Amino acid sequence: MRRNNLKKNTLHEMLMANNVLKLAKENRRIDGRGFLDYRPIIIEPDIIKKPDASARVLLGDTFIIVGINFEIGTPFSDTPDKGILITEGEVLPTASFGAEAGPPSEEEIEISRVVDRSIRESEVVDLSELVIVPGEKVLKMFVDFNIFNDDGNIVDAAVLGTVAALMSGDMPDPKYLAKHVDEIDNISLKEVPRVPIPVKDIPISTTLALINNKFYVDPNYVEESVADALITITHTKNDEICAVQLYEGALGYEQVFEALNISLEKSKEIRKLLLDTINKK
Amino acid sequence: MVIMSSEDKPSEKNINSFIRPDGRKADELRPYKINAHILKNADGSAEIHLGGNWILAAVYGPKEHFPKFEISQDRAILNCRYHMNPYSTSERKSPKPSRREIELSKVIRNALEQAVILDEFPEMSIDVFIEVAQAEGSTRVASITAASVALADAGIPMRDMVVGCSAGKYNGHIVLDVGEVEDKEGEADLPIAILPNLRKVVLLQMDGKLTHEEFKEAFDLALKGAMQLYEEQLNALKKILDSMSTLEESGGDEEK
Repeated sequence: MRRNNLKKNTLHEMLMANNVLKLAKENRRIDGRGFLDYRPIIIEPDIIKKPDASARVLLGDTFIIVGINFEIGTPFSDTPDKGILITEGEVLPTASFGAEAGPPSEEEIEISRVVDRSIRESEVVDLSELVIVPGEKVLKMFVDFNIFNDDGNIVDAAVLGTVAALMSGDMPDPKYLAKHVDEIDNISLKEVPRVPIPVKDIPISTTLALINNKFYVDPNYVEESVADALITITHTKNDEICAVQLYEGALGYEQVFEALNISLEKSKEIRKLLLDTINKK
Repeated sequence: MVIMSSEDKPSEKNINSFIRPDGRKADELRPYKINAHILKNADGSAEIHLGGNWILAAVYGPKEHFPKFEISQDRAILNCRYHMNPYSTSERKSPKPSRREIELSKVIRNALEQAVILDEFPEMSIDVFIEVAQAEGSTRVASITAASVALADAGIPMRDMVVGCSAGKYNGHIVLDVGEVEDKEGEADLPIAILPNLRKVVLLQMDGKLTHEEFKEAFDLALKGAMQLYEEQLNALKKILDSMSTLEESGGDEEK
């Protein structure tokens, strides 16, 4: 993801990148972690009070905030009986030396779409439960995530944050809106009775970097910059695969399945951590 | 190699009995045809027909890269644009690049970069333009298959061909080469692209839901389909080579 950005890297990052490769030969990681270890994860649901749902995730030094808002909208003509999910992510100019404000870059679009697929395909929120009047009025769910500090593996942090927000937030009751559909244009959504967001699954994405033919779980910024391949795999709570993205590089056929298996094991561990955090609240 | 043996799969019986929306068997590709060297101005070009898909690819370069400040000192820059034409779908598609097209341009570029020997052309760039004239499911992988032939047609040194194929799940069955209906109504879609001789996966995406077993079955099926399309890529290139040597024998002008 970063290779084409090398010119924007600081000298420090380039030296660190060299170190990653040097240590790879000694079977070590630059921050002393095991190859299959995540960095410390802190999940804080409900961090921002204004939207319908929110969360902050700290994944090592990666810092993201997710906010979720519901609006009334018109369904797409090919899915009249489904609500709408829109996911957009932005790497803020605060995030790193090379980050820039402005229209979304190729990488930002790709990351947003992978997060979107992880949420959409796992059916974490059953979009048919967001319908007010089929074909006419539905709830539109906006998932917006921002990267405030980028130390790699944005996608896992964003998926984790989105699911944490969904599990702890609420939304305007579509049934109430259906009953008051005649006056829907005059209703303020904030005054509508609220119901929990209908969360049906707990998708967990896990990102792996391939360096020196070895998989590194949860790669940090410099590890991503030297990776020969970078892949995200998302699992549902029933251990199904619901999203895969090979961002860059190439994998041997067997390596694909090695990645899937590592990812499955890690997803169970991270899901447990997420549930523990939410249940403590 | 276990992964390539698709003959002894337990679902072989299902594959033979299940009939798909377009009448295909589960392990059947749509009719396909690849032609190289079809756009005369380009340094290399190709088209692919895969069912109702019609996709054209053109390659320009290697050429001097512009703007100068982007130049890469040690390798050529590969530019790639995947673009769906406004008339390629039944509902008009805005010609402006969508977020989907931007993402696909990136993953297709990555797939091609794994094959093209970019370090032979430092400070240069190679442009790959992919135009989807008619879309009917699995366009991203068909695009790669055509673009790879166009790169070879342009005489650009490559480690291997790149060939793409998709598999998916429709009505509970793992199916090869996902068509339009299956893409919209199916349970999962797994597009892959490979370097067939180096045995590397260079594009791998999935959406929908698959168990690990189903993923393996779909992956193996897509590999099998890709190998069939690889043969067609070679045929298309051989045809161009043959027509060039015929020209030489008959004392004709150099055709390009």
